[in-house]
Amino acid sequence: SMLDGTGPEWLSEEVKTGTTIIAIEYNGGVVLGSDSRVSAGASVVNRVMNKLSPLHDKIYCALSGSAADAQTIAEMVNYQLDVHSMEIGEDPQVRSAATLVKNISYKYKEELSAHLIVAGWDRRDGGQVFATLKGLITRQPFAVGGSGSSYVYGFVDAEYRRGMNKEDCQQFVVNTLSLAMSRDGSSGGVAYIVTIDEHSTEEKVILGNDLPTFFDQ
Amino acid sequence: MEKHYTGSQVKGVSTGTTILAAVFDGGVVIGSDSRASIGGEYVSSKTINKVIQVHDQIFCCMAGSLADAQAVTKAAKFHLSFHSIQMETPPLVISAASVLKDLCYKNKDELQAGFITAGWDRKKGPQVYVVALGGMLVSQPVTIGGSGSTYIYGYVDAKYKPNMSREECLQFATNALALAMGRDNVSGGIAHLVVITEKGVEHVVVPGDKLPKFHDE
Repeated sequence: SMLDGTGPEWLSEEVKTGTTIIAIEYNGGVVLGSDSRVSAGASVVNRVMNKLSPLHDKIYCALSGSAADAQTIAEMVNYQLDVHSMEIGEDPQVRSAATLVKNISYKYKEELSAHLIVAGWDRRDGGQVFATLKGLITRQPFAVGGSGSSYVYGFVDAEYRRGMNKEDCQQFVVNTLSLAMSRDGSSGGVAYIVTIDEHSTEEKVILGNDLPTFFDQ
Repeated sequence: MEKHYTGSQVKGVSTGTTILAAVFDGGVVIGSDSRASIGGEYVSSKTINKVIQVHDQIFCCMAGSLADAQAVTKAAKFHLSFHSIQMETPPLVISAASVLKDLCYKNKDELQAGFITAGWDRKKGPQVYVVALGGMLVSQPVTIGGSGSTYIYGYVDAKYKPNMSREECLQFATNALALAMGRDNVSGGIAHLVVITEKGVEHVVVPGDKLPKFHDE
């Protein structure tokens, strides 16, 4: 049958967004980025998946880990945020969205294996990035996640400076994604970038051959 | 690159480690951290030197099981000095790397160690070779190894340039080691660097408090 390993391997392997995700805040907004590869074992089952999922107009989350778990958490929080924003009569805060994600991640931490980074803009605190790994919630100037993130910790530690503007942040995200995608077998495809500020939410795709290259490519 | 032992699959004392080597204009820099640990839980030495001299202008760095690495380098030193007496000329860097490769390949079932060899010879000038865990030998302009290397792939890909000056290369190597030591809990201590050029060999030691600091430190 499909799930018992007698068919092709990719039918019985769990589908993971082995991934690279990143979010960074600047004065006035946030930039989120992700790759687009979804793998089941050694097979790439989707090479163009957008892992930046909207939770509300100006709040997005970046998905990594088990694709099913991550998508389900995002859908549940999307619903809960809709209800919450109707109750309070205004746009929800980024911290509220991150708390809802954290609540699910923490309560079901034994069953789930997904990590979501929540980032967005709200009137009260401007651009914010929250990491929710394993059920904690912490606000950070930037966050990286997914299997590809290990390879770029050194790069982001070295390159991040306080006070970068929107264009610097977008370039930082694109460079980081490109480096991670070229080293991590589970990351690849195209790069999706979302920029959120007070005035707009802009989604962009950068195709593989338009990504920055480095000395050995 | 060789496998990364972040889960103490190495029995006994391991150099959970960060090692690197890079070619610059006129020479090579080879360097490492200085921590030896047992299973990632106990630091058995804070100041071990993992940069071993195998001949006048050829050094190598080891990662993996400390016992295996010491046994292999001792054998390699012997083979090389015998070889250089027979040939009546200083050995080539590739000879040193090949000696290590032979030992690693022929004993691949028992050994758990990988090597970076760097040096200068009259035939090809400055060179860097890497011998991976199973015994593959490859020449590269820049290479990193050990458990801490995962975190600096992105940094090295982005920042290494061929034909750097000696100072630029030293700064690049020191930064890379500092970044890896900052993220890998089994790498740390001081940075040992050796600069090899036609003229000779220079040891540079950077104590922990003089290592470069990054935005969050």
